[in-house]
Amino acid sequence: MELELVWFVVIAFLWLGYLFLEGFDFGVGMLLPVLGRDDTERRVMINTIGPVWDGNEVWIIVAGGATFAAFPDWYAGLFSAAYLPLLFVLLALIGRGVAFEYRGKVDSDRWRRAWDKVIVVGSTVPPIGIGFIIASTVLGLPLDADGNRVGSAFEAFRWDTLLGALAVTGFSLLHGAVFIALKTDGDIRRRARRLATAILPVAILPVAAFAVLVQVRHGSDWTYLSLAVTVAAALVAWWRIAAGREGQAFAALGVAITGTVVTLFGALFPDVLPSTLDAANSLTVHNASSGDYTLTVMTWVAAFGTPAVLVYQGWTYWVFRKRIKTSHIPAPHTTQQVSS
Amino acid sequence: MVVEVLELARWQFGITTVYHFLMVPLTIGLAVLVAGMQTAWVRTGNERYLKMTKFWGKLLLVNFAMGVVTGIVQEFQFGMNWSEYSRFVGDVFGAPLAMEGLVAFFVESVFLGLWIFGWDRLPKRVHLACAWAFSLATVASAYFILAANSWMQHPVGAEFVDGKPTMNSIWAVLTNNTALAAIPHTVAGCFAVAAAFVVGIAAWRLWRKRGEHDEHRAVWRSSVKLGAWTGVVAFVVLVVSGDFQGKLMFQQQPMKMAAAEALCETEQPASFSIIAVGDVADADCESVKTFTVPALLSFLAEGDFSSEVKGVQDLVGEYQDKYGSHYPDDPALGELAGKPVDYVPNLPVTYWGFRIMIGFGALSMSIGVATLWLTRGGRIPGGRWFPWMALGSIALPYIANSAGWIFTEMGRQPFVVVPNPDPSGVDGVWMYTAMAVSRVSEGEVWLSLVSLTLLYVVLGVVEVFLMAKYVRGGVESVMPAKVASRLGTGGDGSGRGGSGDGPGGGGSGGSGPGGGSGGRGSAPHDTEDDEPLSFAY
Repeated sequence: MELELVWFVVIAFLWLGYLFLEGFDFGVGMLLPVLGRDDTERRVMINTIGPVWDGNEVWIIVAGGATFAAFPDWYAGLFSAAYLPLLFVLLALIGRGVAFEYRGKVDSDRWRRAWDKVIVVGSTVPPIGIGFIIASTVLGLPLDADGNRVGSAFEAFRWDTLLGALAVTGFSLLHGAVFIALKTDGDIRRRARRLATAILPVAILPVAAFAVLVQVRHGSDWTYLSLAVTVAAALVAWWRIAAGREGQAFAALGVAITGTVVTLFGALFPDVLPSTLDAANSLTVHNASSGDYTLTVMTWVAAFGTPAVLVYQGWTYWVFRKRIKTSHIPAPHTTQQVSS
Repeated sequence: MVVEVLELARWQFGITTVYHFLMVPLTIGLAVLVAGMQTAWVRTGNERYLKMTKFWGKLLLVNFAMGVVTGIVQEFQFGMNWSEYSRFVGDVFGAPLAMEGLVAFFVESVFLGLWIFGWDRLPKRVHLACAWAFSLATVASAYFILAANSWMQHPVGAEFVDGKPTMNSIWAVLTNNTALAAIPHTVAGCFAVAAAFVVGIAAWRLWRKRGEHDEHRAVWRSSVKLGAWTGVVAFVVLVVSGDFQGKLMFQQQPMKMAAAEALCETEQPASFSIIAVGDVADADCESVKTFTVPALLSFLAEGDFSSEVKGVQDLVGEYQDKYGSHYPDDPALGELAGKPVDYVPNLPVTYWGFRIMIGFGALSMSIGVATLWLTRGGRIPGGRWFPWMALGSIALPYIANSAGWIFTEMGRQPFVVVPNPDPSGVDGVWMYTAMAVSRVSEGEVWLSLVSLTLLYVVLGVVEVFLMAKYVRGGVESVMPAKVASRLGTGGDGSGRGGSGDGPGGGGSGGSGPGGGSGGRGSAPHDTEDDEPLSFAY
């Protein structure tokens, strides 16, 4: 029992890490055409996440792998039932990862503009898809007694899961704007700050609305507390970004997403994937989990692995702590000096 | 209905996995070689090794991105397309997969970012340590994934509880003898790819500038040597580990062994088929003429020239006795419910896959050695055939790797988790591929198969285009003057740096004050705040 709870918490933590870290990556990508007025500014933006986006993305891989190992039925049920949103996420992540790496490798405006489009689409689709997936697992899908989806391929697309999609997208957009303000300097920093201040109430609204929806439907008494933390942290973030304190606003948004994830998963527990057809078909931490031996092994791995990841990933952010501005951006890569 | 989903899901797994494994071997092999080149530079200060690190490192990065993004699909398609499999094996199979993410993939991604962007922000040795961290992490990734795959070929460390395999020894899973044989074999296959890649490209560079002055000739000569010797060592490991794998396969998956030879009847001693004329899928074997080496198969299977190797037809009877002649009458199986099980793998695929693997692997190593010989003592062949051979031979180990994987995965059909004969098997721990597939709609799998394949084709074209661009550009294309002078190297770096440093001058300079950057270079944090980054996307 305790190990099932431990692994439920670990998986919630991995999703939190993913939403927090890749949330701002996605926001930076989405804002590329909004805040990046010319190629140099767009490169400033991309380089704020350049050294870290790949490490951030691993959080979703590990969230998937950990779910497979600890709750195979959850992994199998959710990812086959929410097939289409996950497929769109995968396609977008593939294009986006390649785009970051390849964008600067040919010195041509057409080439860069094409990859910019891939970055924008590739950063907008995943938060939408991941929102549908998280909302599906929290609010439930029509599952039969075997844990398989009943109905069409579109069961994950509903008004309430759409709210979840808007929540993750809104949060990512806002988090990205604050991150750009935090990691750049000069004109783009000012514009990012102004934009973040302006969009905060609109962007955070679906987050709060979705958390309230989950609280009303499945919440426990104590999740009112995390819900309150989310709302309070969002207000603090608004106050701090308006005051020009980007670091504090960024941290407050981190608290807000933590409160949201705690509310969602706190309300979900002990279910992991409820069935909307019959509560008896719901997957729970008990009927979806691996055996005690496997959970014990994985607990040891996570106990040593996770702190190590936090340390060296944290160190990366320390190494690349400097704000980036347009004067830091070197001339485009060129390769034609040699042709002979 | 289910049969279509099964076929589509198998095609998707085949296409996405073979494609992923076009990227992975070059990443693993070249990452370690590049870390070695950088070590040579840090230890000797010889600029040739820095140029090698930069040039091969750039090609590595072009490839790395593709390996990473195609790997994401692998982590999730078990749940999407193979949910019944995931439910059945998750207790055991999920563990190595999760460990790969937590222990290896995190290290790989984080330290790769540090390596790419850290050239002048990290002390030299710390930066070098990052190169070793991500390159060794790619090998660790391979280890965990192969442990997971080997469990499907030879399930160990589990007992059958409540209708499912339940892990009782992670140690047994991670030291599965199938995995311990597959790991050196597969990793050597990765080095064979990197070796052919390095030799082929370096030889082409030598040939292209054969009659003129080439200030980087030493770079290409060292690369040919490094690549060719890597290829030789890799080939030796491939042969030894492959022989060991053959003996395990004979014990654990006799049907795969028979299918590799298209061996219809049991033979004692069994002969090894070199090549066949006719249709090897023909069950009565009468129409097939094969050229054989007497008793060699017995030797490959058991280490002596007289032992018996069972043929396909006898094995079919044994499998029917043990696992039933028909699929269960389960409506979830669709049209397959209650139908006879075909225990014979696709013989043309297994027979030819096995031979292509061995033949192309050997040819690849031979061309590497031939190139080493042809370029000995400063020679450069002048013939038109030489560049074709050099660049064309890069394809050989890729084909050999793909053929090997297709053989080993198709050779275990109709099982996804293969039942092993006593004593190595665990009762009940096996699964038909047909039982493993998700209960999703045909349309979903179609969409996923088509969209992923199209995206992979487009990105594959882009990758090859970019690689060709950097190969044509040579060392200059990967070492803008600024970087060379920053890193405090002499030679062409500082000479070129002067011209590139003026405001708006050249393509590679920046707005750094004056031309003094060469002197200040080595201290990582001693830069003006407005100094351009030495590397940025």
